[in-house]
Amino acid sequence: MSAAPTTPPSEGELPTPALQNRRWMPRLVWVVPIAAAVIGISLLVSNWENEGPRITISFLSGEGLQVGKTLVKYRDVTVGRVSAVSLSADHETVVVSANLSKEAAGLLKEDTQFWIVRPRFGVGSVSGLDTLLSGVYIGMKTGTAARRERQFAGLENPPALAHGPRGRELQLHAARAGSLNIGAPVYFRQFQVGRVIDENLLPDGSTRVSVFVEAPYDGFVKPVTRFWNASGIDVKLGADGLKVQTESLAALLVGGLAFDDGPTEAVPATAGGAGQFTLYKNETEAMAAPDGEPQYVLMRFAQALRGLQVGAPVEFVGVNIGSVIAVNLGYERGDKSFPVVVTAKVYPRRMGDAYAVLTAQGKTESHETLAAFVGTLVERGLRAQPRSASLLTGKLYIALDFLPASPRVAFDSSNRPLELPTVKGTSQELEASVDRLVQKLNDLPLEQIAADFHTDLTDLHETLSELHTRALPNAEDTLSALHRTLDSAGRTLEVESPLQRGLSETLSESRRTLQAVRELADYLDRHPDALLRGRRPQKMPQRPAASSSDTNP
Amino acid sequence: MTALKQSLELGLIRCRTCGLAVFRAYLGVDRRCPRCRSRIEHRTPFSTETTLAWLIAGIVFYIPANLLPVMHTSGLLGEEDSTILGGILGFWRSGDWDIAVLIFIASIAVPFTKFIAIGLLLLTVRKNSRWQQHQRTVLYRIVEFIGYWSMLDVIVVALTSALMQFQVLGAAEPRAGIAFFCAVVVVTMLSALSFDPRLIWDRPA
Repeated sequence: MSAAPTTPPSEGELPTPALQNRRWMPRLVWVVPIAAAVIGISLLVSNWENEGPRITISFLSGEGLQVGKTLVKYRDVTVGRVSAVSLSADHETVVVSANLSKEAAGLLKEDTQFWIVRPRFGVGSVSGLDTLLSGVYIGMKTGTAARRERQFAGLENPPALAHGPRGRELQLHAARAGSLNIGAPVYFRQFQVGRVIDENLLPDGSTRVSVFVEAPYDGFVKPVTRFWNASGIDVKLGADGLKVQTESLAALLVGGLAFDDGPTEAVPATAGGAGQFTLYKNETEAMAAPDGEPQYVLMRFAQALRGLQVGAPVEFVGVNIGSVIAVNLGYERGDKSFPVVVTAKVYPRRMGDAYAVLTAQGKTESHETLAAFVGTLVERGLRAQPRSASLLTGKLYIALDFLPASPRVAFDSSNRPLELPTVKGTSQELEASVDRLVQKLNDLPLEQIAADFHTDLTDLHETLSELHTRALPNAEDTLSALHRTLDSAGRTLEVESPLQRGLSETLSESRRTLQAVRELADYLDRHPDALLRGRRPQKMPQRPAASSSDTNP
Repeated sequence: MTALKQSLELGLIRCRTCGLAVFRAYLGVDRRCPRCRSRIEHRTPFSTETTLAWLIAGIVFYIPANLLPVMHTSGLLGEEDSTILGGILGFWRSGDWDIAVLIFIASIAVPFTKFIAIGLLLLTVRKNSRWQQHQRTVLYRIVEFIGYWSMLDVIVVALTSALMQFQVLGAAEPRAGIAFFCAVVVVTMLSALSFDPRLIWDRPA
């Protein structure tokens, strides 16, 4: 190779080019399609993995639903999209198919709820305003059941608690729910702490109200808590006057509930397990001490009981222990009279310690115990008496009071219900005395009195006219004479009158005289000897020094 | 055409960059063009293999580019992810058939045609086919030329995303699909570039 080639060497002489080191290059280019395939496959896999479940929901109406546009939202976060809207086979419902994201799969329980969110304007709230612009969407609330489900029946109205806030659900039992709506507020000391989420009519005819109390206020619900209906305005014109009560203006419109701690010594008012409460009609009823079982008593009044209403209180020595539940007219065959039969519901427990002590002997709260107890009281003079609660309203109530003066009556403790002896009401007594008073007023000889009075007045008039015609002229003469007398007296007393001058001269004279007398008296005081020796000549007062030198020798 | 001699028979190599015909014997060890100093080969080595690799990559990228959304628009009236095909259908339905056709040609038809064309070229070269050699060369030139025009979609998305940013009222964002679409265009261009059109004229040994 030392000789440099001058002509192009032939093909055969050339060394084969060193291409081995470049052989890997084209293999490197295959990395690109492999990488592309890997990316594509990973995308497919992740897409497939993210592919959520497809569910169907049936609604009564598909108003506003748009395929591919309408979203399914859980807690206002999009979790899916409507993929198809079709009619069901029986054309009764609209079947909405939706593709949900993978993370939403866990939310699909048997009792998961779906509803269409539309703008709603209620008395209590306005909701779904955003859907005015963006169109409707399907709201979703997950359930608690263990079973998974893909087919759902949509709700026509959104549930009261769309996004399960933390808190406690409680069941309240009541005879009637009052004016409550789903979504009605629940108040604790006038703070809204929850809402009514459901109302059910139980097979036995009573109502069960489900309420939700939000955290942290659910801590206020204790076993002693009492719930009552704070619906609307509670205006009560009863024997105890006019009462108006309301929790809030909203409660006034849509109804509401309130709760608070019951009396602390009260036994738990739970009607069943935890979270079960009794719903009382009003706060007064809710806050009353536990009454125990009511007992029914019968009272026959031989008098009209106008003003006694059903619900009027029955008071035992001034304490409300029950209420009147019926006022009927009875018939007494013996004397063919019509007594008023009053049935009352009383709670013996409200009589306090007395009942406890008395029944302790009987050990049980049986009817016999009560009968024996009431028998003892009747023996001591317990009587039922209708009394006027308020003169203004004229309402009556039944007072059970001890009237030892009343005649003894036999008490039959075997009667069911117990029959209490009665006495005439105080209002009737009052009426009778007013009657008597009116009778006496009627008996007064009013006409005679009026006639006498008239005669007297005539006489008086005559006397006065006599006085006018005869006595008055004389009086005039007398008055003019008096005037003259006073005139001359005035002249006599004038300053320039001789009498006046003489008097003043006399007075100055007597003053001088009195002065001389005073001087004399002074002199005599100093020189009593003058009375005997006569008056000595007046000595000039001497200087003190001269006088001492004079007197010493 | 039958009597024409191949350049190799004459010991000549044409530079692909500057077109200079060089005697093979005068090439240095570094095998660079004496005029433009670019690497000079009688035939680009492993041209068909490289082209095929890029082509397969392009076809693979073409699938997600069309399936994945290229743009996400959100506004007062809701949010929407749009794919290329979805956008075309939208324009077509709303009556803008001309725009629909334009986008269809630029975004769907052109890349697809490129796959077919390059595939056809590769196949015929492999078989040393002597069918329509001149037409195939023209086809290659066309494929090389129209490659850039497929970037239309990418530019549309880039412009829309940049201009449509009104927060609540409306906003557009690019989505993964457009990246794949961009990759399709780049990869197919590379595929076309790595194909050596001289192979079309090679006779079987």
